[in-house]
Amino acid sequence: MSILVIAEHDNSSLKPATLNSVTAAQAIGGDIDILVVGSDCQGVAEQAAQVAGISKVLVADNAAYGHQLAENVAPLIAEVGAGYSHVLATATTTAKNILPRAAALMDVQAISEISAVVSADTFKRPIYAGNVIATVQSSDAIKVLTVRGTAFDAAPAEGGSATIEAVASAHDAGKSEFKGEEVAKSDRPELTAAKIVVSGGRGMGNGDNFSMIYSIADKLGAGVGASRAAVDAGFVPNDMQVGQTGKIVAPDLYVAVGISGAIQHLAGMKDSKVIVAINKDEEAPIFSVADYGLVADLFTALPELDAAL
Amino acid sequence: MKVLVAVKRVVDYNVKVRPKSDGSDVDLANVKMSINPFCEIAVEEAVRLAEKGIATEVIAVSVGAKQCQEQLRTALALGADRAILVETDESLEPLAIAKCLKAVCDAESPDLILMGKQAIDGDNNQTGQMLAALLDCSQATFASELSLDDGKATVVREVDGGLQTLELSLPAIVTSDLRLNEPRYASLPNIMKAKRKPLDVKTPDDLGVSAAPRVTLLGVELPAERQAGIKVEDVAMLVDKLKNEAKVIS
Repeated sequence: MSILVIAEHDNSSLKPATLNSVTAAQAIGGDIDILVVGSDCQGVAEQAAQVAGISKVLVADNAAYGHQLAENVAPLIAEVGAGYSHVLATATTTAKNILPRAAALMDVQAISEISAVVSADTFKRPIYAGNVIATVQSSDAIKVLTVRGTAFDAAPAEGGSATIEAVASAHDAGKSEFKGEEVAKSDRPELTAAKIVVSGGRGMGNGDNFSMIYSIADKLGAGVGASRAAVDAGFVPNDMQVGQTGKIVAPDLYVAVGISGAIQHLAGMKDSKVIVAINKDEEAPIFSVADYGLVADLFTALPELDAAL
Repeated sequence: MKVLVAVKRVVDYNVKVRPKSDGSDVDLANVKMSINPFCEIAVEEAVRLAEKGIATEVIAVSVGAKQCQEQLRTALALGADRAILVETDESLEPLAIAKCLKAVCDAESPDLILMGKQAIDGDNNQTGQMLAALLDCSQATFASELSLDDGKATVVREVDGGLQTLELSLPAIVTSDLRLNEPRYASLPNIMKAKRKPLDVKTPDDLGVSAAPRVTLLGVELPAERQAGIKVEDVAMLVDKLKNEAKVIS
């Protein structure tokens, strides 16, 4: 077995999400290489070489790969991946965008968001918003998989000493162009990596009231999330959405404030270790998954909580 | 410009599905079926392009069982001009669906293909990207804004870090995220009119597509149940429990 893990990075640093796929690769078993595709990304390759248990780091460093455009990166992954039994990437928006395209180029039926490895060709994955777990077996010669980050611990980022090799192949399809981005800047921990997440829902009423959540989050060193309703209402930006089609989180502590708990939201957070729900509606479905439920008006409970911390 | 929009028939988003008693698959007997919410957003976007005079024809396509005609009629009622069903009783995988759609695209030559970013049944999030690979065309997934100008599509995408803007050469595939638009309801006169709009039926065989599955479903199970929790009286008790019982804050 030889496994290729696609690095998640921003051309300057290796993202921790990569390490969850390394653990999934170890569960499959075999030699594990990491492919770094980017522009001016040698530093990322050096960090990837430090990851424990990696044999080789392949680096495709070309301006055409700088913004992870699927039209350029997918053919490279298909080309390099052809030499492996498995190609894995953690299911970030980047991987979800690129990996299915690479799989189709390889004529492989990809398997999305695996949550467990049963054997080298058999995997578990959540379907129907996580209401059901399917066990699926692939008959394709090469398995192309995205990995649900919350289902696998991060592999140690240090302790390895892989060799680094350059991949010369360049693909520039010229079909799409990066025009810009609006990246939310925050000193708070990234949602998917935070140990504690505090999320607000429609009950927050407006965006300004989220300041109560931010204040509590900062005392706890927590990341801040939101339900779809709060994002749709314009209270907070889209990158904060937790749920079936937003971010999937599984922190040690998840605090849901003013969130009713639609199945689509539960799909994104119900694997958290401890769940707290604060909602004035005691019938709210969120209480069915909460370890600690507080039936209270959030506008009195949040200031009290803030003062108690 | 010709716009093709793909729609999938799925379990309604309000339904909580359960495994069959033998655990072989999910139990879909007598369950309400609907158009996949992300596909509905894609249809709405296509119809808005027609209303702006940008799209000259909107073709709705579905791949699946005969009953998918219901969802195609919904798309026609929302404003699509005609529909194509690639009919099969097999449950096709994203790659096979993409191959069927590619054959339809080869025959229709659309300038823009709109799709949902994922279907809420299989949660695969693959078909659009795979179709883009097979057509060797540009792609923008998770779209929250789309504009067309001068033979190019400009798309704002919802990504993990925030928003990203891409410019695509046509033909292009754009997959919709939740905030691309808010779909309208079909009016009764439009539902009646939709019954008379053309709906072609083809099969994967007609299109020369092999639907042989690559992935076998070995079984389904319920996820681990969470232990029932407790209600706390007040904030003080909550903080005490988190500190001393759950030990998740200090």
